Amino acid sequence: MNLSQIVQYGLAGITVGSIYAITAIGFNIIYATTGVINFAQGEFLIVGAMTAISLSRIAPLPVAILGAVLITTVLGGLIEIVFIRPVKHASVLRLIVITIGLSILIREAMLHVWDEKVRSLPYFTGTPVSTVTILGAHISPQILWVLGVSAVIVVALTLFFRFTRTGRAMRACSDDRMAARLCGINDRWMVTLSFMLSAGIGAFAGCVISPVTQTQYDMGAPLAIKGFTVAIVGGLGNSMGAVAAGLFLGLLEALVMSQFATAYKDVVAIVVLLLILIFRPSGLFTRSDVSALRTV
Amino acid sequence: MRTRVAAILVVSVVVLGLVLSPGCKKSPTGTAPEAAAAEPIKVGAILAVTGPASFLGAPEKKTLEMFVEQINQAGGASGHKIELLIKDSGAKPENAISMAKQLIDEEKVLAIIGPSTSGETMAIKNICEEGKTILLSCAAAETIVNPVANQVFKTPQKDSDAARRIFEVMKDAGITKIGVITSNAGFGIAGGQQLQKLAPEYGVTIAISETYDKQETDLTGVLTKLKGAEVEAVVNWSIVPAQSLVAKNMRQIALDVPLFQSHGFGNIKYVEAGGEAANGTIFPCGRLLVADVLPDGHPQKKVLVKYKNDYESRYKEDASTFGGHAYDALLILTEAIKKAGSVEPEQVREAIENLQGVVGTGGVFNFSAQDHNGLDKDAFEVLTVKDGKFVVYEP
Amino acid sequence: MMRLRIYYPVIAGVLVIVTLHLVLAAADATYYMTQITMSAYYALVVIGLCLLMGYAGQISLGHAGFFAIGGYTVAVLTTYNLATHRSAPLVARCHSLGLLVEWQDLYGREILSFSPWVAFGAALLLTAIIALVIGMPVIRLKGHYLAMATLGFGLIVYRIALGTPILGQADGISNVPPFPLFDGLQVNGRAPFRVQNYYIAWTVVLTAVVLSLNLVHSRVGRALRSIHENEEAAHSLGVNTYRYKLAVFILSALFAAIGGALLTHYNGSVGPSEATVMKSVRYVAVVAVGGMANLWGVLLMGVLLNFLSLRGVFGTFDDAVFGGILIGMMILAPQGLLRASGVRAIVSRLAGRSHG
Repeated sequence: MNLSQIVQYGLAGITVGSIYAITAIGFNIIYATTGVINFAQGEFLIVGAMTAISLSRIAPLPVAILGAVLITTVLGGLIEIVFIRPVKHASVLRLIVITIGLSILIREAMLHVWDEKVRSLPYFTGTPVSTVTILGAHISPQILWVLGVSAVIVVALTLFFRFTRTGRAMRACSDDRMAARLCGINDRWMVTLSFMLSAGIGAFAGCVISPVTQTQYDMGAPLAIKGFTVAIVGGLGNSMGAVAAGLFLGLLEALVMSQFATAYKDVVAIVVLLLILIFRPSGLFTRSDVSALRTV
Repeated sequence: MRTRVAAILVVSVVVLGLVLSPGCKKSPTGTAPEAAAAEPIKVGAILAVTGPASFLGAPEKKTLEMFVEQINQAGGASGHKIELLIKDSGAKPENAISMAKQLIDEEKVLAIIGPSTSGETMAIKNICEEGKTILLSCAAAETIVNPVANQVFKTPQKDSDAARRIFEVMKDAGITKIGVITSNAGFGIAGGQQLQKLAPEYGVTIAISETYDKQETDLTGVLTKLKGAEVEAVVNWSIVPAQSLVAKNMRQIALDVPLFQSHGFGNIKYVEAGGEAANGTIFPCGRLLVADVLPDGHPQKKVLVKYKNDYESRYKEDASTFGGHAYDALLILTEAIKKAGSVEPEQVREAIENLQGVVGTGGVFNFSAQDHNGLDKDAFEVLTVKDGKFVVYEP
Repeated sequence: MMRLRIYYPVIAGVLVIVTLHLVLAAADATYYMTQITMSAYYALVVIGLCLLMGYAGQISLGHAGFFAIGGYTVAVLTTYNLATHRSAPLVARCHSLGLLVEWQDLYGREILSFSPWVAFGAALLLTAIIALVIGMPVIRLKGHYLAMATLGFGLIVYRIALGTPILGQADGISNVPPFPLFDGLQVNGRAPFRVQNYYIAWTVVLTAVVLSLNLVHSRVGRALRSIHENEEAAHSLGVNTYRYKLAVFILSALFAAIGGALLTHYNGSVGPSEATVMKSVRYVAVVAVGGMANLWGVLLMGVLLNFLSLRGVFGTFDDAVFGGILIGMMILAPQGLLRASGVRAIVSRLAGRSHG
């Protein structure tokens, strides 16, 4: 393999890796505030993309995307208020099962609202055939958008959680909810806010990747599975870790693909997930604090 | 504890009784049988209306409902009104099995149209054979009609014929080294096998052959591998959404060789999804997609134009070749009833085997006791995409 | 004499089953038995899952994987045609040991394959080994990490089923022969065997229920419940929590595999759709609505919901029904519908009063 082939594989890896990374970011917000892994996160991406596609017929693209993000944000909040908040004595497991049920319901609702056809948003810059050349290899400019948007979101989130009062309040809730409440933080609204934030970011992510992956009503679940695999590998709650883990997994898959039959590519992610869960559940990029995660 | 268990058992018996009582039977679509001269006939359909094969089942359902209405308004099939019973299997073979048994044992239908996918069809092939019920499948696998089961027929064209048409074009164009990528769905795997088998006959070498997951969101990795093998053309055998993805990804990584697709590319929406990347794609297909530009004397033109216009005006969406397979199935059934002059199952079945020259959307059907598909190479037209439209391919 | 009391529902269950047969026969509607039989085999999975989730308190989002392992093992071994390899030493050895059978399929083809008994045994053995190997590391995990790991396991099984040529890939394996038991009894989906198979399925299911009842009311069962209540306390009292959880995991896997193997013979085919995440989620939904630790509730709900689903009663909302059930149960009645406390909870919730 010459250099340009290697770089091309690398770019292919970064392409899928960026998709995984941007999906994973949303998981961390809800996890950070409530400890729940939101299986419906993938659906937020698809709802956002589908809404944007519908809106783009009556409005220019940036307006459509903004509208879709707002609508999905509100949807995320409503879902939390209707389905998550009323659950008393909520064990983390019960909430996870609820999010699984939610992902199914949202998916079926999307089927009935939008039907089964495949759609996509137009490319943000350029056309389906435009390409950027790097070191003799080629990549679509939309992927650069995905990477760019991921970076911006991660930076914004880091600043939000560290420097704003609301962000710090949300982190307080995840550390110790009772203590946070005693400090006067309205923990129930923090949870709602975390869902809204995850939904909005998910919707934006869905819009950005839509030209690349195309959008179909049942794409939420596979995206979610890859997304939380990456989130766990990077360390739950660690957004930068999620991006790093996403790119890592994408490159790993590209490596496997270059040497073996493509059919084994999908097993890579699952095997990595299982290995991480068994040997280093806190993730590759987070300090290990294992006792909370294992039993005797 | 005991009373609670007893309560559970009473509830269960009551519920089961309610569910099983005759009033609960579901009879979905189809026109209600009127007091006609001849008694109505029941035709069942098992379609993947929802689920991973909904792009097959949804148009098939719409097509059947529309066609049955047209037939019944014209007086029925040889005077028999058709009662259509559609079951949504969600592309799950176990549902197809249960629904097939329902249609055969309970509803005692004359024939079953569908299922939409090969996996489901293979699961109910033996059931229909033993249940002596005609099965007109809308799925593509060769194993459906090989070995031949007396009751089982299929309407989609043969994968091997599609491969042959592709290779013929390649031979003419002097292409000898190709890369093949297929999805891991049944359709993709079957197509890949046919390509492997037939390539040597046309002097084509398959330098590299890879399978990808049908839900793949990006194919640049696989295509990079093909680029490394320096192929002269790429053949992609899959269904949506991979078809549009391949076209775009190829151009994005500057793999500028001809792209051949399978007859799964049968909907203008896939061209739209691919944008300008879809231009130049070459694929064999039923003539439905170019119905308007066929010469007026072409045997299929009338049927195709009528179906296309009816479907598009009624459902406000583009017609696809998949809905056409269901149309052909019902057409074959009604022609067989006409030929047999009766609705007695065995006579109708035999009549199907003797049908010749039935003009459908997928091609002109000629059945026999050994050929339960009835289509050959000429059922396909080689098409290409020019300026975002389907046109007939000219070398 | 508490021990005998727990079997009264079993006797009642037998009576209900026989009564149902008589009712259907009288109404000339025995074809309903098809879906009832299929649902009974699916119910085997949820009975095992009920032990795992309700009693041992461990969630599994991958149990469809074990069902698929049972089904596929049986399918491959009974359909793979060794006729062309008849003379190979290993094959000849197996034949002389009586492990192989010769039969003709519906199309007149001669097939030499493993006997269904051998295949069944192999399925159980393979499932037990896999459950042990997977369970050992995974049972140690807690909460959502366990959920993820079991989900990952289910996904791997699905990928293997989908990607391996000998397993039929996307189209699965069809042409699976019936399973002759003894005395002319066969696990067979054809119409003449309908009533017979109805009773075979229910015998298997009720046996599983009896076994489970025994387990639950034994020392092991009490240990399990203590683990579920408070694992650390149980551990500090000397209960070997790890071993008990692992044992229940393997047992529930075996139940699922038996269901898969027998249903595959009944249907005559198996496909990757039996190993999907959605299937696993449906099993969890049934356990949730049946009452996490209520064997009879789970059995009833499993049969009822699968029966309706197989008949297409839910139409295009099939998956949505199970999703809705999951959510509804988790919010309103985490102990299940058929516990008195569950019903009270729903009523008070609807009446607006706070519960608890």
